[in-house]
Amino acid sequence: MKKNLILFTTKMSEKKVGLTILLSCLAYLPLAAQPTPNPSTNNWLASPGIIGTLVLIALVLMIAILIVVKRASSIMNFFQRKNEKVTIQKLREELYQLEEDEIDEVLEERKTAKTYKLTGDELYQGGKAVDRKGIVSSYTNDPQNPLVDEKKRSRSVLQIPVELKNLVVWYIGAATFWLVFGTLVGQYLGMKFMWPDLDQVSFLSFGRLRPVHTNTVFWGWASLAMIGLGYFVIAKTSNTKIYNYKIAWTTWVLINLTLVIGNIFLMSGINNGGGEYREYIWPVMIMFAIGLILTFYNFYKTIQLRKIEEIYISNWYIMGAMVWTIVLAIIGYLPWYQNGLGETVIQGYYMHQGVGMWFMTFTLGLVYYYLPSSLNKPIYSYSLGVLAFWTQMLFYTMIGTHHFVFSPLPWWLQTVAIVFSAGMFIPVVAGTTNFLMTMRGSWNDISKSYVLPFFLVGVVFYFVGSTQGSLQAFRFTNFVWHFTDFNVAHSHMTMYGIITFLLWAAIYALLPKITGNEPKQLFVGVHFWLAFVGLFAYMISLMAGGTLRGLSWIAGDTFITSVVLMQPYWVWRAIGGTLMFISHLIFAYNFYEMVRERKDAAKPAVVPMKSTLANV
Amino acid sequence: MFNFHKNLNSLVLTSFLVFLGLTLIVAVIPAFQLQKTEPLPTMLEPTADELEGLKVYVSENCVACHTQQVRNIEMDQTWGDRPSIPSDYYYSKQRLNVWQQSPSVLGSERTGPDLTNVGKRQPGKEWHLLHLYNPRIVVKESIMPGYSWMFEEKTPDQVKETDVIVSVPKEYLSHPDNKIVATQKAMQLVTYLQSLKQTDMPGMDATAFIPSSKKKVAPANSSTAGEAVLPDGLALYSQSCAACHQANGEGIAGAFPPLAGSEIINEDNLETLIRIILQGYDARPEYGAMPPFGDQLSDEDIAAITSHERSSWGNSAKKVTAEEVRKIRELVNLSNN
Repeated sequence: MKKNLILFTTKMSEKKVGLTILLSCLAYLPLAAQPTPNPSTNNWLASPGIIGTLVLIALVLMIAILIVVKRASSIMNFFQRKNEKVTIQKLREELYQLEEDEIDEVLEERKTAKTYKLTGDELYQGGKAVDRKGIVSSYTNDPQNPLVDEKKRSRSVLQIPVELKNLVVWYIGAATFWLVFGTLVGQYLGMKFMWPDLDQVSFLSFGRLRPVHTNTVFWGWASLAMIGLGYFVIAKTSNTKIYNYKIAWTTWVLINLTLVIGNIFLMSGINNGGGEYREYIWPVMIMFAIGLILTFYNFYKTIQLRKIEEIYISNWYIMGAMVWTIVLAIIGYLPWYQNGLGETVIQGYYMHQGVGMWFMTFTLGLVYYYLPSSLNKPIYSYSLGVLAFWTQMLFYTMIGTHHFVFSPLPWWLQTVAIVFSAGMFIPVVAGTTNFLMTMRGSWNDISKSYVLPFFLVGVVFYFVGSTQGSLQAFRFTNFVWHFTDFNVAHSHMTMYGIITFLLWAAIYALLPKITGNEPKQLFVGVHFWLAFVGLFAYMISLMAGGTLRGLSWIAGDTFITSVVLMQPYWVWRAIGGTLMFISHLIFAYNFYEMVRERKDAAKPAVVPMKSTLANV
Repeated sequence: MFNFHKNLNSLVLTSFLVFLGLTLIVAVIPAFQLQKTEPLPTMLEPTADELEGLKVYVSENCVACHTQQVRNIEMDQTWGDRPSIPSDYYYSKQRLNVWQQSPSVLGSERTGPDLTNVGKRQPGKEWHLLHLYNPRIVVKESIMPGYSWMFEEKTPDQVKETDVIVSVPKEYLSHPDNKIVATQKAMQLVTYLQSLKQTDMPGMDATAFIPSSKKKVAPANSSTAGEAVLPDGLALYSQSCAACHQANGEGIAGAFPPLAGSEIINEDNLETLIRIILQGYDARPEYGAMPPFGDQLSDEDIAAITSHERSSWGNSAKKVTAEEVRKIRELVNLSNN
């Protein structure tokens, strides 16, 4: 009887399980019909931490890429071995056709060849070693370099017109100045999180100074460096001279004026309304816009003058960046649709495209030239570059509103932004693949070069930072991360980890080639490691702190609890920031070393360029 | 057809036109549509002073750290009674002048609290002025910058009758007899902050919060428990009272009276205490005025808060029930009518 009962209950419970599943499905239906699927709080709290997952994913992906590369090369090996087998087969057939004496002779020869060993004095036959061809750059009798490996030196100097050289040097020089100034301001702001009473001066108060930091590194550092490096790429890949140098210098003056006047205005409390990266009022920003239009015209004319039929892929990106940013600047500042939440729609569009269409697109264009040229080989795939170009335009343009998820902006705009954010995987994967495949086979060069590590970090961050950004756009992650310092970490991961590292790579690759002066390798190394470690400290601390802060808000703690909670993370951020700032001082010194006139130093060999570029 | 890799015009023109088209769809057209939003009929037009205050708010770039948007998720319920809607921004987001565009008050960082409803949450002028002068006077852990340049430090004989004096503690002054006087800018900014209140929208379903799936603890049934279970007094006190009277009940000398050891708090007769909370209080010139909380706090809330006050910081008076509060509220309402 009891047994039966147990049996019965089990049967019942089986049925119940089925029923429960069905019921719970039904119960979830109305939930699914809701505009937002609302993840349960318990889940995110119990999850081992979103950062951890992300870091792991990034790690796994890197490993996966390595494995894919390894697999590919083993497949190549397989085909090679197949070829070898065919050769062996042929040899065997030949041996069959030979007479016995002949076979002995052949085998005897083979035996000596197989057992041959170097005696160690093949090259040195007594006497003094002389380097007749000038191959040896340095030698030492005490090969114990205690600290770092010596890197490969840039051995050739490109002969380019003095005007172009000066132009590039001055653009990068101004950019370097703004980098140091902008990050000094950033460093000071970071310290204010710990000591809010650092000063009582209106000019230096946090609200006024924050846009000085962001605008300076955007329009000063990154933009000037990009345009300067762009001028060289445009001339070189079009095999022609720059259409008009005066235009280039006018732009230089206009952009620097924008920065000087704009920052003075911001510090005196005159701003456009506080929208990020739109803080300069229009009479100031119009100078930047005119600079852009002039640069576009100059680039356009130069490419039209090209001596080769095809437009190199770098120039696609650079021209795209110019056209899109001009549209962006105009749309961002025109007044007719910017009252009420109209301004907010434009703000989302503007701030995201400022990053995506200007910095990212232009910098990618630079990488398509400077990376292959530093590796001394062509880009892996032109078509992948083209695919990434068009998808960049298509997807990036649509995603501005992901800065305003759950805001009063229309739900459809938010949804479009989130969906297209996911679409960003396509250009990002295409670009990353292209760069990594170009580097493939040259991994050893990276440890021997002081330029390539910057490229590698930039490319890896391009993948990790962009992917993470796409994930951040999802509603789920928005619950936790929006409004927290996580956003600040993300923007540093991208603007610094991607853009700044790639620009440094391009600068270190180009300047020694056109000035003939190399920076001190030790200082480049110190620059690299300080910037890299500093960025990591900055990023990880704010990501961890930001996540905890978001969770604290969700849990319903008082706001000030979350401020107290952030304190240690802000300290670590400031430490990271300090390392980054010191690295910029070292970079400035390296820049000085690369461009200063040296009379006594031995000049490396001058390689005349086989192009019209050298003759103008 | 397009021959992008050889034809520069085709490349530039295509990328220009497609980008422009996408821009129109995703930015310009929605912006035009949203601009047409009308204000709610219940919304008041801002006064000249409030608008000037908004300009100070923009000029100091307060939007760098403070948002003004209550998102439609439940965690944002702390900041407002309902999610923000486009109409809320009708007056605050008009173009400022020829040089400056509509202010980006929605913000993108919440380094400091959201300010959508700060006028309701923090109604006292004295508190705002002290907080602006140096936030750490009232909130020790705050990392907000002080705006001391919006105030003047005057010797007693320089003070005019029309001056608004801020009762800053002596250790912040260069001479103990000096007075801190708010400038017009500071007054305008405070007026603006006090005006930040969500407009009521009774009975509109479209603006409900998306509920959190977190399990809510059902309130214990008061009839069975014998004694009513009150809300968490400490939490309510931190939310509504601690900004002025401080978490330790000591108040701020010269600005907000201490509650620890206060006679009014510990009295057996509750009337004065509850009346002050319901109606506000401005009878003692040495302290700032207390705003009324009658509309914001329920009888249960007030009972919980006063019980907390009467049993903390060395106070040891008997607890207060919601019933007692209800009686006094009725009395107050009667005398008002």
